[in-house]
Amino acid sequence: MEMVCIVCPNGCRLQVSDDNGKITVDGAKCKRGVAFAETELTCPTRSVTSSVKTTVAGYPVVSVRTDGEIPKQKIFDLIGVLSKFTLDKKVPIGTILISNVLNTGVNVITTTDME
Amino acid sequence: MERYDIIIIGGGPAGLAAAIKAGKDSKVLLIEREQRLGGILKQCIHDGFGVVRFGEKLSGPEYADRFIKELSETNVQTALFSFVTDIKHTDMFYITYVCEQGVKQVTCDKLILATGCRERTRNGIFIHGDRCAGVYTAGAAQNLVNMLGVMPGRKVVILGSGDIGLIMARRLTLEGAEVVGVYEAKPTPSGLTRNIHQCLHDFNIPLYLSTTVTRVFGSNRLEKAEISQVDEKMRPISGTERLIDCDTLVLAVGLIPENELAGDLSVVLDAKTKGAAVDQNCQTLCDGIYACGNALHVNDLADYVSESGETAGEHASKPPHKRKLVNIAAKGKFLYVVPQMLDVNDDVSNVIMYFRASEDLSNQRLTVTANGREVFSKRYLKLLPPEMERIVVDFSQAGDLSNITVALEDK
Repeated sequence: MEMVCIVCPNGCRLQVSDDNGKITVDGAKCKRGVAFAETELTCPTRSVTSSVKTTVAGYPVVSVRTDGEIPKQKIFDLIGVLSKFTLDKKVPIGTILISNVLNTGVNVITTTDME
Repeated sequence: MERYDIIIIGGGPAGLAAAIKAGKDSKVLLIEREQRLGGILKQCIHDGFGVVRFGEKLSGPEYADRFIKELSETNVQTALFSFVTDIKHTDMFYITYVCEQGVKQVTCDKLILATGCRERTRNGIFIHGDRCAGVYTAGAAQNLVNMLGVMPGRKVVILGSGDIGLIMARRLTLEGAEVVGVYEAKPTPSGLTRNIHQCLHDFNIPLYLSTTVTRVFGSNRLEKAEISQVDEKMRPISGTERLIDCDTLVLAVGLIPENELAGDLSVVLDAKTKGAAVDQNCQTLCDGIYACGNALHVNDLADYVSESGETAGEHASKPPHKRKLVNIAAKGKFLYVVPQMLDVNDDVSNVIMYFRASEDLSNQRLTVTANGREVFSKRYLKLLPPEMERIVVDFSQAGDLSNITVALEDK
């Protein structure tokens, strides 16, 4: 089957075949593309970027992202968690706001420096 | 009047990179109109920045933060919330800007324009109909959602399949809006393939090609958009119109380098890039005026915006010399080639060139020749207009540099 790698802007067009669990990948310019095809076939994951509201002057919202990838089907659950979260103080960039979100082992961190 | 060696206008990725390089040996002022540095990266909270430069997937604000931190370790002065209103070029550059303290005037020997680009608006693409609320450029919608935490609407039509349109389709979907579709007048998508997949396919957002918005209806707020199919020359086909219920139209219909200041300074522009024509050091035809980043040509990766900023900043901090400019002729199906000129009196060993093909091409051979002699060649299996290409050419062994050509041919 044909797949497009979303790891980097190259967007390599991958030819992926799954022969009884033995996955072969052609067309990837780097090994991250092979790893991407393998997880995409077994348990597709995505990193998610969004924002959370704050009570800090000058920052109605602050940008956040997951510091790793979460299962694709949990994206909207994560967005639900973020919509209930309010940040009440200035934090430096990279601060963990929610650790092990939805038991994924992944943290939600800020991506804007408020200092 | 405070005097600087170099003044940089614009504190986005290009201006930041230029300032860091220029600040090593020169007295530099960076002028930014907003209250914080980072430019448009501040609101580009999606990830994918810095893969080329840092080998990491960063969000826009994180990418900007790396440069802002590096800048804070230099002696570069910054003027925030400062808007340049006038530049006079006589023996030096006399720059007037408005800031919280009032009107200020500063002077400099060299000027770097890192003013970025602007979005095409509804007027730029002739969408007829009512003048109702609810029609936004993608950047305006992005600013509302990502900076102000405000939703622009609930039921959204997106026109334009460039990366910004695709990113906003996903972003608005995540925040609870219904994106009824992304419409693209061209027969092929304009954005990166990975964004078609991770922004549209992941969320089952339909993409309609060879289709555009021709009219909008709404008394106060947008109520309906008229969608029409277009022919191969992108003209709407009569009889194909249909109405779509929506309260929001997001326009992601192209970016144009911002050159108002360059125009005032009579900097020669390239009709193809709509930015200044420059040599390999990002210096325009006016000695001492540089242009970089999206003000020079619209890039698709911030990494290359920073790269041209660095080129400009580094060269501007060197002592001036008498230039000898040779035109670089582009032959074949190019949308554009940057730089447009080569200063043969300067270093020609590491010339970074950016280009785009004018249409989807496969099996192409790019050759760079100096007076008929080949100095560089590369084969491309695929070339797409939305994906900018970058090459590094060494002209130092080419001998006669009086006649330089970049050619694209079928192979």
